[in-house]
Amino acid sequence: MRAASRSDNVNFEDIRAGDRRALSRFLTLVENSRDVVAEELAELSRRADDHQIIGVTGPPGSGKSTLIAALTKLYREVGRTVAIVAVDPSSPFTGGALLGDRIRLKALAGDKGVFIRSMASRGSLGGLAWRTQDVVRVLAAAGFNIVIVETVGAGQTEVDIAGLSPTTVVVQAPGAGDDVQANKAGLLEIADILVVNKSDLPGAERAKNALKAMLDLGHPTKAKAQDQPIWVPPIVLTSAIEERGINDLAECIASQFSYMQKHGLLVAFQEAQLRAEFMHRLRETLQRRLFDTFTAEEFAGIIRRMVQERIEPQRAVDQLLQNVEFRRRK
Amino acid sequence: MKQFPIRILIAKPGLDGHDRGAKVIARGLRDAGMEVIYTGLRQSPQMIAEAALQEDVNIVGLSILSGSHMTLVPAIRAEMDAMDLASVPLVLGGILPDEDQRALLDGGVSAVFGPGAGLGEIVSTIEQLCARPADQTT
Repeated sequence: MRAASRSDNVNFEDIRAGDRRALSRFLTLVENSRDVVAEELAELSRRADDHQIIGVTGPPGSGKSTLIAALTKLYREVGRTVAIVAVDPSSPFTGGALLGDRIRLKALAGDKGVFIRSMASRGSLGGLAWRTQDVVRVLAAAGFNIVIVETVGAGQTEVDIAGLSPTTVVVQAPGAGDDVQANKAGLLEIADILVVNKSDLPGAERAKNALKAMLDLGHPTKAKAQDQPIWVPPIVLTSAIEERGINDLAECIASQFSYMQKHGLLVAFQEAQLRAEFMHRLRETLQRRLFDTFTAEEFAGIIRRMVQERIEPQRAVDQLLQNVEFRRRK
Repeated sequence: MKQFPIRILIAKPGLDGHDRGAKVIARGLRDAGMEVIYTGLRQSPQMIAEAALQEDVNIVGLSILSGSHMTLVPAIRAEMDAMDLASVPLVLGGILPDEDQRALLDGGVSAVFGPGAGLGEIVSTIEQLCARPADQTT
């Protein structure tokens, strides 16, 4: 397997000039490494031109990939280049993954204005992979006008996408449940645009009405919580497979994006994103450094004692940490 | 040193309308801990090479049952080589006459698996072909 090390020389000029091989190899470095490409990433981020990031999420089989294919086709017709990052789940048992989103994106093959990258979630539970943010950053810096991120099939709590894309499209299919389902916290709350896909199937109008009722009860908790101007998510009926409603969706995406720009919400979004990423990386780094201070035997020993002597897990943790020094708050 | 999963592209070139074999293999490789990118049916040599490039896979596995392997496989190898993917091995599964197997193995295919090939054998061959350097960064 290819190593993620500096020996794989990254040439940004090649990436910026549209060298897809260089881009692809750099994405592997980003996906596989924690520190080595930090400087390169920072350099790339500074160079990212104007671009738009669109997140697409929704339950498995709701038609996310097919919808993305139809939307991408539309963007290509007006000359915009599109990169797609498609995340599918890794097995919690073997670490393996079946990444099948390309099947639905087949019609985009052969177009040099489109770049598709599949990612396995590798243990991340929020609907994305740990490195999706960085991969998006690289694709934006590579010059793609639009970067579309497809999450794993989402249930109710895989909401990390809302922190990554200023525009989040939540896709539902008819038959997803009643209006109480529609009022549950989580996935539907993060929608900037709600899509009822597969509207060629019976029940589409009913699904739309349930979502509308949900919005009428006072939806945008996200915006209210942050005391921001309120964007009420439009509900769009689409049939991705028949390519119906795609224009409407593209228009909603465009008007939501200009709304964000007009009210200065993009800047606020990016600040919140940096804060969240800082906290995430702080936790990750702390955990790694702390774990590195213990030997495998120490870990095994405390866990064995916990099981054999029936020590409470929290007490076992306290025992393990009792000799670790932390700086006191000043 | 943490190892990352092998990334493999499983593709069905040409006009086969039957991909149970490819799906069985894709599933088996997933269960062996690999990240399997499956392209679906009816892929042209260009589409397969381009997918291998975009996904930066370690290896490509083709499933062919149509009998057109002597046309399609060299074309895929040539497309991949032209895209600077000469170092990415190509393995093949399907029903192939012995003489064709020999010709393909001489022409840039790393392994051929016929009917009855065990999943264990396929997994270990792929792992050997993707033999990983020790400087993998964690």
